[in-house]
Amino acid sequence: MQEPTKPRLAVWKFASCDGCQLSLLDCEDELLQLADTIDIAYFMEASSRQVAGPYDLSLVEGSITTTEDALRIREVRAQSRALVTIGACATAGGIQALRNFADVEEFTAVVYAHPQYIATLATSTPISAHVPVDFELQGCPINKRQLLEVISAFLHRRPPQVPPHSVCVECKIRGNVCVWVAHGTPCMGPVTHAGCGAICPTYNRGCYSCYGPKENPNTESLCHWWREELGAERVTIIENLRNFNAAAPAFERESRRQASTGNQEQADGQD
Amino acid sequence: MMQDFILQAGDLDLLVQAIRKEGFQVMGPVLRDKAITYDTVASAADLPQGWTDRQEKGCYRLERRDDDAYFGYAVGPHSWKKFLQLPRRQVWKARKDTNDIQVTEITEEPPRMAFLGVRSCELHAIAIQDRVFVDDQHSNENYAQRRSNLFIVAVNCTSAAATCFCTSMNAGPKVTLATDLAMTEVIDGDEHYFLIGSDSYRGSQVLRQLPVTPSGKRHEEAAARGVQNAVRQMEEGPRRFDSSDLKELLYRNYESASWDQVAERCLSCANCTMACPTCFCSTVEDTTDLSGDHAERWERWDSCFTADFSYVTGGPVRADTRSRYRQWMTHKLATWHDQFGSSGCVGCGRCITWCPVGIDLTEEVRNIRELEKPGPEQ
Repeated sequence: MQEPTKPRLAVWKFASCDGCQLSLLDCEDELLQLADTIDIAYFMEASSRQVAGPYDLSLVEGSITTTEDALRIREVRAQSRALVTIGACATAGGIQALRNFADVEEFTAVVYAHPQYIATLATSTPISAHVPVDFELQGCPINKRQLLEVISAFLHRRPPQVPPHSVCVECKIRGNVCVWVAHGTPCMGPVTHAGCGAICPTYNRGCYSCYGPKENPNTESLCHWWREELGAERVTIIENLRNFNAAAPAFERESRRQASTGNQEQADGQD
Repeated sequence: MMQDFILQAGDLDLLVQAIRKEGFQVMGPVLRDKAITYDTVASAADLPQGWTDRQEKGCYRLERRDDDAYFGYAVGPHSWKKFLQLPRRQVWKARKDTNDIQVTEITEEPPRMAFLGVRSCELHAIAIQDRVFVDDQHSNENYAQRRSNLFIVAVNCTSAAATCFCTSMNAGPKVTLATDLAMTEVIDGDEHYFLIGSDSYRGSQVLRQLPVTPSGKRHEEAAARGVQNAVRQMEEGPRRFDSSDLKELLYRNYESASWDQVAERCLSCANCTMACPTCFCSTVEDTTDLSGDHAERWERWDSCFTADFSYVTGGPVRADTRSRYRQWMTHKLATWHDQFGSSGCVGCGRCITWCPVGIDLTEEVRNIRELEKPGPEQ
């Protein structure tokens, strides 16, 4: 008797560090079950076996930084029934989106001995800027439990339990003492997407938003309190908005506002 | 309740041990991460003796007292609800067989807990949650079981934090609701003792094991002065307000400009609702494993400040912060009366202190009132 066909999984890499793909390999206890349940048809990080598409589920890591990749992601989309982006690069452009705030040619001139061989776009953009995305799993890197949850959800056609609320909810559920209120530590938790389990505040450190913005984030109000009440320098505020999720709209808008206000203040001070 | 015995402060551990000997796990105030939190108390040495809290909107600081008071603080980041309405618990698990689905309810042997140091506002909060989880038509069995065994040692407040406003909500500071034991801590010159009394059989069983002595008028007066001190601090403080017409005020002001103003500051982070001792909302998360043969349902705290909370087909009913804050405050102070027969606020001030950007419910009430006043004639 022929076994029923297993759903096909593909894992794709664009501009990224591979850390989110590694989260899948980190699922050590569940890997065998995963391989039992789905056909890992394309996953170059794990195996050189390549099965041609179409695929039932594509996990996409990385951002779009070259013209070739801008075309390749269209091909991936065309071959995928469901497309899920994993990680900060794929959902918000990643750390490499810092180029969006600067001159990429200047960067390549500083980094490479022969920058003339580098062909790259002026911006790093999330996958959703190029093709329709069915679900975005945030995090730098993503949480492997959440990844398994998303894969299970798509396999069984149910909504994934990946709540988009703040890290604060996770802190409070853990019974953590708020580092912001009780210690005066600047923390990005109130505007940051949950999923990490509030690791940093649990160890008495402020969240630095490696998961990117939560739904409905009020970055302006958060930054105002950081500066006025917690005494954070403007450069610290901008650094926290511009790390792995710099190009996430809520963070980009506020970091640009902070930067231009800072420049204005500097100009006024020099008058 | 009559508090008509004296327990010397040096004998406080005998109280803790007597309760433990009755088979209760004692929960009470302990120092953790620069705050006074609620956790397991093994002896009186675990209590935050000599510490207090300084609170303002969006700010909490642990500070040394200049005396050795055990209960010389107001309220901390935790409320007792975390022991009664668990932040997260599994409700059931299910397994798919060839023919059907086997569902197994997850039950627990409810722990026998004693809460040590419950304030009047917190007693009111527990009573409010009782009306939601036990007395109402949709009871929560896990809560009801945990609640039914509960032994409560209440403590009168003798000082108030700047964020306290229980007098405005008629919820304190003097303990008036039924408990097992109630105490007032008195430090008077060289004397340090608790005025203590019981009004339950279980309370009296514990009390009789302690080396207490009958109290005199002077002890009772000293205790009353302490409570009066807390009353005075709140009555003279900036957060005192008239709560008698809150329901009508909020019902009249669904479209107040104040909602737009507060939405500019509110982070919709849900801290206020998580810190609130009466906020009771939860959600359930249903998941399967990879095989699809196993499923689980978990219950966890949720908040009216999240988008998922009001999600119905197509999107959240309350998509913006304005509508979420309005929902929370209007429910807490107004519609709660119609739903459960009391206010949902006990004036503990946690939502003020633990709001990262210092949104102050009492200020918001005042703002709504101010904006309602007719402006100058055009």
